[in-house]
Amino acid sequence: MKRNSKELDASHGKMTRRALLLGGLQLAFAGGLAARMRFLQVDQADEFRLLAEENRINIRLLPPARGQIFDRNGLIIAQNSPSYRITVVPEDAGDVEAVIDKLSSLLPLDPEDLERARTEMRRSPPFLPITLADRIGWEDISKVAVNAPALPGVTPEVGLTRVYPQLGDFAHVVGYVGPVSDYDLSKMEDPEPVLLIPRFQIGKVGFEAKREDVLRGKAGAKRVEVNATGRVMRELDRREGISGADMQLTTDAELQNYVQARLGRESAAAVVIDCEDGDIRAICSSPSFDPNLFVRGISVADYRMLTEDNYRPLSNKTVQGTYPPGSTFKMITALAALEQGVIGPEETVWCPGYLKVAGRRFHCWKRAGHGHVDLNTSLKRSCDVYYYDVAIKTGIDNISAMANKFGLGIKHDLPMSAVAQGITPTKEWKARSYGKDWLIGDTANSSIGQGFTLASPLQLAVMTARIATGRSVTPRLLKSLDGVELPSGAGDPLDVSENSLRMVRRGMYSVSNDRRGTGYRSRIIADNIRMAGKSGTSQVRNITAAERAAGVIRNEDLPWDRRDHALYVCFAPYDKPKYAVAVVVEHGGGGSRAAAPIARDVLLQALYDGTPPLEAYPKGDRSRIKAQQERLERERVKRPLGSRSSKA
Amino acid sequence: MSYLEYHAKSTPSGLRKILYLNWGLTLLLITVSSVGFLMLYSVAGGSFSPWVEPQVKRFALGLGVMFVVAMIPIWFWRNVSVLAYLGSLALLVAVELFGTVGMGAQRWIDIGFMRLQPSEVTKIALVMLLAAYYDWLPAEKTSRPLWVLLPVFLILLPTALVLKQPDLGTSILLMAAGGGVMFLAGVHWAYFVAVIAAGVGLVSAVFQSRGTDWQLLKDYQFRRIDTFMDPSQDPLGAGYHITQSQIALGSGGWSGRGFMQGTQSRLNFLPEKHTDFIFTTLAEEFGFIGGVTLLFIYMLIILFCIASAIAAKDRFSSLVILGIAITFFLFFAVNMSMVMGLAPVVGVPLPMVSYGGSAMLVLLGAFGIVQSAHIHRPRHSSR
Repeated sequence: MKRNSKELDASHGKMTRRALLLGGLQLAFAGGLAARMRFLQVDQADEFRLLAEENRINIRLLPPARGQIFDRNGLIIAQNSPSYRITVVPEDAGDVEAVIDKLSSLLPLDPEDLERARTEMRRSPPFLPITLADRIGWEDISKVAVNAPALPGVTPEVGLTRVYPQLGDFAHVVGYVGPVSDYDLSKMEDPEPVLLIPRFQIGKVGFEAKREDVLRGKAGAKRVEVNATGRVMRELDRREGISGADMQLTTDAELQNYVQARLGRESAAAVVIDCEDGDIRAICSSPSFDPNLFVRGISVADYRMLTEDNYRPLSNKTVQGTYPPGSTFKMITALAALEQGVIGPEETVWCPGYLKVAGRRFHCWKRAGHGHVDLNTSLKRSCDVYYYDVAIKTGIDNISAMANKFGLGIKHDLPMSAVAQGITPTKEWKARSYGKDWLIGDTANSSIGQGFTLASPLQLAVMTARIATGRSVTPRLLKSLDGVELPSGAGDPLDVSENSLRMVRRGMYSVSNDRRGTGYRSRIIADNIRMAGKSGTSQVRNITAAERAAGVIRNEDLPWDRRDHALYVCFAPYDKPKYAVAVVVEHGGGGSRAAAPIARDVLLQALYDGTPPLEAYPKGDRSRIKAQQERLERERVKRPLGSRSSKA
Repeated sequence: MSYLEYHAKSTPSGLRKILYLNWGLTLLLITVSSVGFLMLYSVAGGSFSPWVEPQVKRFALGLGVMFVVAMIPIWFWRNVSVLAYLGSLALLVAVELFGTVGMGAQRWIDIGFMRLQPSEVTKIALVMLLAAYYDWLPAEKTSRPLWVLLPVFLILLPTALVLKQPDLGTSILLMAAGGGVMFLAGVHWAYFVAVIAAGVGLVSAVFQSRGTDWQLLKDYQFRRIDTFMDPSQDPLGAGYHITQSQIALGSGGWSGRGFMQGTQSRLNFLPEKHTDFIFTTLAEEFGFIGGVTLLFIYMLIILFCIASAIAAKDRFSSLVILGIAITFFLFFAVNMSMVMGLAPVVGVPLPMVSYGGSAMLVLLGAFGIVQSAHIHRPRHSSR
């Protein structure tokens, strides 16, 4: 095909023109693109830079380390341990159920945990980690780590969790922490953001709850870079939180452990208080429970076992439980009478076994009567009629005022849950509470710690310490906070004459050391240590006239929850009081029989700061005591020793 | 021009041809591809896998193809253009029947060592065919309706097949490149005015029809258009790509955030960051300066081609070079418009930079034809 070159040139020229035109258009378009680029990248750069930062930066809270709790010798009561948990990111796992199956062939997975995880999975976005197993051992973690390639999306993570190495010993004192619940949040005005971290632990009961303010600490924060799916890529910077303050209790963990073991399976409470400075050396409620169960969320079965036990393991009987103090109240009545001058220490009252008050017979516990009774004998043999008589002369208001002086009917300021005030009735109180007039019979009942009167074991221990020292000893549970020692509870001298106090102490000495004293069987015979005490047996039911006619039923024949409470208060050494002890055994029967031996053993254990020598016990008891000491030693060894020895 | 004519001139022969290659163009192509390697290295988080290594291998293969194509005289390519066109049509039909579904569309044929996208081949084959057609057609017949309708049909046939895949981006590119070649060949401008007017009329009719009984598009299609017009309406849904890519571009600023420092791409906020949206990574990390530099290199390639076409003197060479240049231009112009929010997201890669085998191989082969025309251009012995 041959064309003439003129035509060719013409068409080529046209094409060149059009090519240049098109090239020009292309250049113009490129110019437009450059202009757009300039608009986006130069004019609006700041705005887009900001948007890019918002895309990538997230702020995450760092939970603070909770303050630790130590006993007076630095033994750990509550600490934070690294806890290993296994999480899965559903998005990365792909088939989550298959991964869970594989995982459960490696380590036991709790079905309850899995159910919780599945619910959580349905609710949260697929890139957020879900906890499959919590608080698992190092061994299981290594198994997971080794098998990581077969377990997509599964990561072992480490966090801090609360651990109570003393197990049940401090369950009632320190309480426990648990994950924040919706209910907790609903109670707060303006919850701190840190509380919104899933599974963040806060104090639920006891000391942990009462001093949450200082134990929690302040949350830190970190800025992290996240990718488009919200996964954290790296940390940009962090501001560490402030750990919660460490606390030291006045309690001696060794003694606490002994007392808890000595109370055994009884439904009982015991308090050991230092007479000199008010330090609570031991404060035990029995039976106890393992607070660690609550930290991760207790199972329904375990919780039901605790709530359905009629020995009420969850209640803190030492401060929460109030009991009619029974004969342990007689010191107060005696002091009130002495101080009011209605009776002298040597004056006697005739006890025929009852006293007729306002036409009604008020019986002495000894039907045959005690004959002529003076103050010392009245305490030693716990004669009721003596107290009916002097109380009516003294008047209830004077008695209750005296009781208040000795810490009864007073709410002691301790960082524990539900500290009870107890009751020391007055005429005005009865009018207010019942709308009824005070009867003279009420005074008779109150004089022996029955009727309306109620006191907690803690209050009884404080009362005993105040009788022993004559000072207003104040209980102290928190020894130091963040290394700063808190004021001692030694207290000022009470406005009670030393003479009266001496007479009462003398009576208590007789209780324990006189052959006819109610506490004689539970005495201490070490040369330098003598004990003074007072037993109490308080009725939890009214004895009807019909019953009285038929003869009072023996305690052992009654159902457990209708039996009398057994109480014993004591202090030692008699001449230089160091410790005061109060023991209450719920429905234990007679105070001298059920409570006194416990109180004596606890007191000796405290005084010797360990197992006391057998020489401190009466000769006839030594072989029995030896067996008991060995038994308790064995029972105490059962507790995890490793955690016990971890000194701070 | 004929076989004899090529030989009549003193064209280089044998290995001496290498000296007559358009080395400037070759260098520019290598530069652009290197930019691609750099960006692929960056979006992989500083790693040669999974993208840089295969891309480099394919580029080496492509360069080889380019040199081989360049060595073969340009008349050969003119003579095989009908065959190439028919072959590409056959491939388009084959991909429809046996193709692999990827990204919701049938686009690939697995040919062992790579995945072939027939639509890429079609772009070049169409340009070759049209160039050959106008080389064959006497100049005075160029604007006659019948002789205009024939190339229109030749354009619309592969366009329809590509549109069915469905690959809107490539079909637009095919039409635009075909139209460009027709315009360059000297078809009367009135035809183009008519087509453009008809296009505008159709678009306005479509928009007018919205909400009426005779609505021309489905509601969801209208919503897509809305999203393109205002991505902020649906920032996490359909507008996500556009919004995030504009954030990446904009946050780059004047000089960028630095190599491998682009947060938008590294943190996966950018969609398709190694393919269609790779320009946003470049703009984020090297800023306005980086983006404009790449644009400048691209335009240099276009200008080299235009210069080469004007120098070529023979009609097929000129038209094929210009057609390839238009195709190349459309690639990066559409891609950049798309990531800058000037055009809807249609799925056109950034030529020689985006990760992908077919497009790069085919483009390098096309530049081989450009080189071949350059080497075998008529030279007057008197010069």
